[in-house]
Amino acid sequence: MRKKPLSAALLATAMLTVAGCGGGGGSTGEAATAPSDPAKASGTITVLTNRTDLVQDGTMAKYAAEFKKTHPKVTVKFQGITDYEGEVKIRMNTDNYGDVLLIPSVIAKGDYPKFFAPLGDTEDMAKTYRFTGKTDVRGKTYGIANFGSVNGLVYNKAVWKKAGITDWPTTPARFLDDLRQIKARTGATPYYTNFKDGWPLSSPWTNSVGSVSCDAKASDALATADKPWAKGSDLNVLDSLLHDIVHEEMSEKDPTTTNWETSKTDLAKGKTGSMLLGSWAVNQIRDAATKAGQDPDDIGFMPVPVQKDGKFCATMLSDYQLAVNTHSDNKSAARAWIDWFTEKSGFAAKEGGVSALSSMSFPEVLKPYQDNDVKLIERSEAKTEQVNAIDNASEIGLAKQDYRQKLIDIARGAQEGSLQDYFDDLDKRWADAAATAGN
Amino acid sequence: MTDTTSKAPPTPARRAAPPGRGSRRGVPPSRSWRDHPLRRITPWLFLLAPLALLITFTYVPVGNMIYYSFTDWDGVSPDRNVVGFENYTQLFTRPELFRVFFVSFYYLAASAVQIVIALYFATVLSFDLRFRNFFKGILFFPYLVNGVAIGFVFLYFFQDGGTLDSLLSWFGVGADHAWLGDSESANTSLAGVSVWRFTGLNFVLFLGAIQSIPGELYEAAQLDGASRWQQFRHIIAPSIRPVLSLSVILAISGSLAVFEIPYIMTGGATGTSTFVIQTVKLAFQFNKTGLASACAVVLLLIILVVTWIQRRLVPDDKVDLV
Repeated sequence: MRKKPLSAALLATAMLTVAGCGGGGGSTGEAATAPSDPAKASGTITVLTNRTDLVQDGTMAKYAAEFKKTHPKVTVKFQGITDYEGEVKIRMNTDNYGDVLLIPSVIAKGDYPKFFAPLGDTEDMAKTYRFTGKTDVRGKTYGIANFGSVNGLVYNKAVWKKAGITDWPTTPARFLDDLRQIKARTGATPYYTNFKDGWPLSSPWTNSVGSVSCDAKASDALATADKPWAKGSDLNVLDSLLHDIVHEEMSEKDPTTTNWETSKTDLAKGKTGSMLLGSWAVNQIRDAATKAGQDPDDIGFMPVPVQKDGKFCATMLSDYQLAVNTHSDNKSAARAWIDWFTEKSGFAAKEGGVSALSSMSFPEVLKPYQDNDVKLIERSEAKTEQVNAIDNASEIGLAKQDYRQKLIDIARGAQEGSLQDYFDDLDKRWADAAATAGN
Repeated sequence: MTDTTSKAPPTPARRAAPPGRGSRRGVPPSRSWRDHPLRRITPWLFLLAPLALLITFTYVPVGNMIYYSFTDWDGVSPDRNVVGFENYTQLFTRPELFRVFFVSFYYLAASAVQIVIALYFATVLSFDLRFRNFFKGILFFPYLVNGVAIGFVFLYFFQDGGTLDSLLSWFGVGADHAWLGDSESANTSLAGVSVWRFTGLNFVLFLGAIQSIPGELYEAAQLDGASRWQQFRHIIAPSIRPVLSLSVILAISGSLAVFEIPYIMTGGATGTSTFVIQTVKLAFQFNKTGLASACAVVLLLIILVVTWIQRRLVPDDKVDLV
């Protein structure tokens, strides 16, 4: 007798829960095509963005107002999400993840058709846009890059000059020499790792894979490499460089309590000599310089200190890609926003990024690269899916901070082991994972 | 209800009603609200809301988690395959996944310190003392501060040349140390933060228990010439035993499941990773939601087993002082 009401309640709640979570219908596969007449496109679209700063200071609202002039019947709403990756990933278990969103990096490339509406055939898209390879699934493109960025070292020219260095270092050894001089002559911290915040250890370093060998397909090659950290490979050269910088104590003394916001000011003020980042960071650090009362022109940008056949190479790769939710009711309005944002908003240039439109010229930030004949290579994304699968299976995390944090710990003696042992271990884990995943 | 009971004549016969009926003040059966057909479900009606919340937000998610632990789900993809016990096999055949439990010993040691400190202050402050309430407030305050804020505050505190270093330099101690720099001092520092934070909670629990001890006992003890230590040993300690054993259980399960403080302060770098941090990384960095769920299930089982063993060793017997 006593159990009956309980079981009834259990059943009721169970049913409630099931009903509540039962969303997530299949994808329609319908393409998001731009409206033929912008004035006729209508609807309210929600745009998810990771740029909470731009949502809060009204920059995004200004873009929306500008957009409304040409598309009077479309209303654009923004949702700035601080923990973009974490939150959007969970929301993507339902149908409700905005109309326009940035593709979270956690989504496997092969799953794009399940979540996003195709924007067009890659063959056609590639004529107008850069970086289409990143979201190409079986001949269709699912995203257009917010902007692209070029990898390199942001450095303080005044500090380097004070140390008596005028030329860009051409080899890792020379770079280390330069850092030694900076340390000896200026008292500045030659390199700042941003260990605590982590991401400056993952994306800028891993994105530079290809800069060393000057090969756009260097990243793809990881899918079939059995020893990615073998001597002379991109990862080996880059990670050894990082190791040596830290090992010779040319990075900040206490890496565990670093702070990204402070690091920008430190670089601007000349307390720090250099940081490896993307070209997007240059404008931010120039801003920091202006705020700190320094000359923003002191902030320079140089390629990774490796040359191939006497030439510098720098990888160019896309930032987040804008995509249309396949469950959206306003696909054409959503597409209209993406097109407008890419072509007319001027966002990419303002952020110091390379526009996704191949017709647009490179931003001013990259002028020193062009003057010095640095070869820009657009990273191929043909095997990204396999590489990511192996990377996840091996739990190394090429695009995560942990493995380079451990590298730094080894370099400064906070954890046992030698660099070579660590590389061997990584190679083994990679090979083991490649045997089970990614093919 | 008051209406019906007040009308009931309190005859001696009714007062002797069978105890099973529950009420000391019996009521005439013919007019009782108890015989209403809805009577039996009334308590359940009241329970409906809390039960619905409890089930939706506790038991269903746990059920889901157990289900995920048998799949290879990556956390987003609409497809998931049931893989049986593969995740569990993997978990138990990879010793490095369990190595992180060693970090828990730092926190376990810290919990011991924490309980002793809390017990000491609770005992001292339960006697009449000047500024007693002020000190109570001070001790309890850290527990009220949000864990994330604590993480950030102590990040500055332990910084190279930060608050701790300048504090030490006032006392002439060589002040130039990266507290979070190597794994031993990092773990000790983090465990120290956890002591700072949770002592207040233990303190309040102990204080509550101590204050429920009747004052005559102390008086009697004093008349018999018992010292403060003897009073603690023979009056306070036995009477707060249930609370003490509860604190120990909380301390052990807490040490096994440390998360916030190391995650915010170091992100698990430099050998400060705990089992929960590792689980979170498996789930959200490497998209192994299935394996991570298996980790979570195993942690749950470990904590249940530890608690069970503890209850067997220290049975929860009644405290009977008088």
